[in-house]
Amino acid sequence: MIVDLSRFVAAEEPQWSRLEAVLTALKADPWRQLSLAEVRELDLLYRRASADLARLTGFTGEREMRQRLEQLVARAYAEIHGGRGARRVRFRPWHWFSVTLPRTFRRNLGCMLFALAVTAAGMIFGGVAVAVDPGAKDVIMPFPHLVGDPRERVAEEEQAIGDRLAGHKATFAGELMAHNIQVTLLVLALGMTFGVGTIIMVFYNGVMLGAIVVDYLLAGEPAFLFGWLLPHGIIEIPAMLVGAQAGFLLARSLLGRGDGRRIGTRLRSVADDVATLAGGASLMLIWAGMMESYFSQYHEPVLPYAMKIGIGLAEGTLLVFFYGFVGRRAADPEAAND
Amino acid sequence: MTDDRVAVVRIRTPEGVPFSFPLASPVTRLAAWAIDKMVVTAAWSAISTLVRLVGLLSVDFSLGLAVVGYLVVSVGYAIALEWRWGGQTLGKRLLHLRVMDEHGLPLRFSQVVVRNLLRPLDALPGAYLVGGVTATVSAKAQRVGDIAAATIVVHEPPAAAAGLARLQPSKYNSLRAQRHVVARLRDHTSPALAHATLRAVLGRDHFDPDARVQLFSQLAEHFRAVASVPPELSEGIADEQFVRNVVEVLFLRPETATPAPEAMAVR
Repeated sequence: MIVDLSRFVAAEEPQWSRLEAVLTALKADPWRQLSLAEVRELDLLYRRASADLARLTGFTGEREMRQRLEQLVARAYAEIHGGRGARRVRFRPWHWFSVTLPRTFRRNLGCMLFALAVTAAGMIFGGVAVAVDPGAKDVIMPFPHLVGDPRERVAEEEQAIGDRLAGHKATFAGELMAHNIQVTLLVLALGMTFGVGTIIMVFYNGVMLGAIVVDYLLAGEPAFLFGWLLPHGIIEIPAMLVGAQAGFLLARSLLGRGDGRRIGTRLRSVADDVATLAGGASLMLIWAGMMESYFSQYHEPVLPYAMKIGIGLAEGTLLVFFYGFVGRRAADPEAAND
Repeated sequence: MTDDRVAVVRIRTPEGVPFSFPLASPVTRLAAWAIDKMVVTAAWSAISTLVRLVGLLSVDFSLGLAVVGYLVVSVGYAIALEWRWGGQTLGKRLLHLRVMDEHGLPLRFSQVVVRNLLRPLDALPGAYLVGGVTATVSAKAQRVGDIAAATIVVHEPPAAAAGLARLQPSKYNSLRAQRHVVARLRDHTSPALAHATLRAVLGRDHFDPDARVQLFSQLAEHFRAVASVPPELSEGIADEQFVRNVVEVLFLRPETATPAPEAMAVR
């Protein structure tokens, strides 16, 4: 049977044009609140266009018309079923920092604890390796100045005359920030290797940290060690762990153990948390970069170790308070998931 | 006509209506990325000039600012534009590509962030090898960042005029008055053949002269045979003109012979 659809198209074209106009208006002003009548009209137009598309499905010809109708239905479908899209987000920085970020951290505490456990395992491995075989330092230590005797380094640092970083503190801070953020984002991204890459990175970081700590403790230099590491490390190391937390969140979604949802749906559901944790880790690394460049590199007699350790501990306390308690009482629907 | 080599993502609405998005090929995406890379380089060279001016106050500060600034610009460019332009950067806009949620829903800000933060992994070990291979083998042409963010990159061809809008009716068409012949033509012509013939008429200039003569000769022979067209209706008419007359009676409204913009022959 041959049917000329020109009459059908002539009848429907005004509805399609109206739907296109409504969608274009919504696109131009994403924050616009539709009235009940407008919502009903949009729903009606969408259903009508869907029905028209269904009637045309299966025809091989007139691709442009079908494409146009498909695009209209797709746009209306996204508008009706999608909730708030990318352009409708009103970013509230203070709310994000004081409520969303700490809550997201707490909501995914399991992933953080796993990252901590992997780091602890790495630290034990690195510490034992250096304690048993000092020659392992050549392989483990990330920088040449850490390979030598800690006592010699401490003596050298404490006898340093003048400010070695004078004139390039900001450059050093910038390099630290950029490098550490890139490494942390890679740790996060490696969560897509089902977490294997993230585990390796976090474990290796733990190995280096454990080796340094044991090396300096065995050399009898705990004051220098903690005075040097704590002011920036108390933020920098947790920042990388926050990145790893996000990576393990991705890995958990990929594995989807005990979750009947499809992989795309699972990953989509954690995208907000992953982005939030990435932002939190980046902020922490900006602070850590400043501290490392402007504070950590100065030792006694320029800065007393007690003061440096005290500041480091204070930072750590604030960090624990921030992630542990901030944002708990804010009236927000997110509280239900906290 | 559809190009079977183009991969598509099909989505079915809760109302049971399917629609599809043609996926962007890895090659097109690479081209868009190259354009974006050039844009970032150009933008950074302009911004770095301003940063160097800060060096008049403090060289150290300007160098530190430059290090962090480049990271912010290179990562922030794609995030900011894809967020603001609904899934498009400048490169994607030029090549008619768009990032979308893989379920056809609106792109969320966090999805934009995640897919761009995972670029370092896609870029490993160099030249976007991980991302390129993943996109090539993935059913939805997704690089790792797209899989993590549950996004796809689709090709949005610019809206073209519908084929029939370009079909000009002839002043004289010997078939138009022969309703029984028209009925037989419609009855024995499948939609696929009807639209293929329409495409041939509209795209006649794209054929080599010899191929065109041969194509229209075969089509005319076919239509004459299936509709038992009396010889006098096609006497003195070139095969191509005869085929054009067939297309007109198949697609245009007989009472007016005016192009019905979206008229469609349906079997």
